[in-house]
Amino acid sequence: MSAGEKYLAAAYAVVLGAVLAYVAIIALKLARMERELDELAQLARGRRPAGG
Amino acid sequence: MLLLGGGVALALLWAPEDADQGISQRIFYIHVPVALTAYACFGWGAWKALRHLWTRGERYDLESYTAIHMGTIFGLLTLVTGSIWAKISWGVWWSWGERQLVLFLILFLFYSAYFMLRFSVDAGPARANLSAVYALFGVVLIPVSFLAIRLAENFIHPVVFTREGPQMAGSMFATFLVCLAGTLALAGALYSNELTGKRLDERLLELRELLA
Repeated sequence: MSAGEKYLAAAYAVVLGAVLAYVAIIALKLARMERELDELAQLARGRRPAGG
Repeated sequence: MLLLGGGVALALLWAPEDADQGISQRIFYIHVPVALTAYACFGWGAWKALRHLWTRGERYDLESYTAIHMGTIFGLLTLVTGSIWAKISWGVWWSWGERQLVLFLILFLFYSAYFMLRFSVDAGPARANLSAVYALFGVVLIPVSFLAIRLAENFIHPVVFTREGPQMAGSMFATFLVCLAGTLALAGALYSNELTGKRLDERLLELRELLA
């Protein structure tokens, strides 16, 4: 692999890496939101009046 | 992702090699679309900022912030890919004598400072208004940065798009357009995801406060 080819691969890898990192961040964020939503649902269920 | 993947495949496998720059010219197909996408995101952010100042609609503040967030990511990628291209073509990672590079760096730093300003003020109308005004000031730098290369007398940064049209083979231009469409579509998808995430975050916070 020539030096030019290495730099070319590095440039494309940087962009691909950034996209993958972003997708991973979004996945983590979604997992956090799901956890928070579960907590809030539990909290809401606990507040439901008895027999309601 | 399919469009961008197709564009990258065309850039690496189909587009002819440039007679002057050789294989390193293929960075053009990712570097320029990423740079134009960064400009588009900053422009979109400014447009949303203007809509916010005009209508005082809260949603425009979040949309402007998200667009600038995307623009900063694409701006960083522009600087990194450009730096790699500079290293192959000019033998240096950066050239302070190049107005185009320096102006893009200023634009990037200006919008990076947007986040410092935004998070130094408590959430509310004052923060939204300040952020909108700042985003609008930044947009002035976009045409300056874009035209800098054409105004420069001594430059080494290549000029591909002139008044006579794109200075490249038809297959190269077609590859560039596919890459540009792919990058813009990717930015649009990321913007939409990020915006949905931020809106959901706000609603979760609201719900938490209601249940507290």
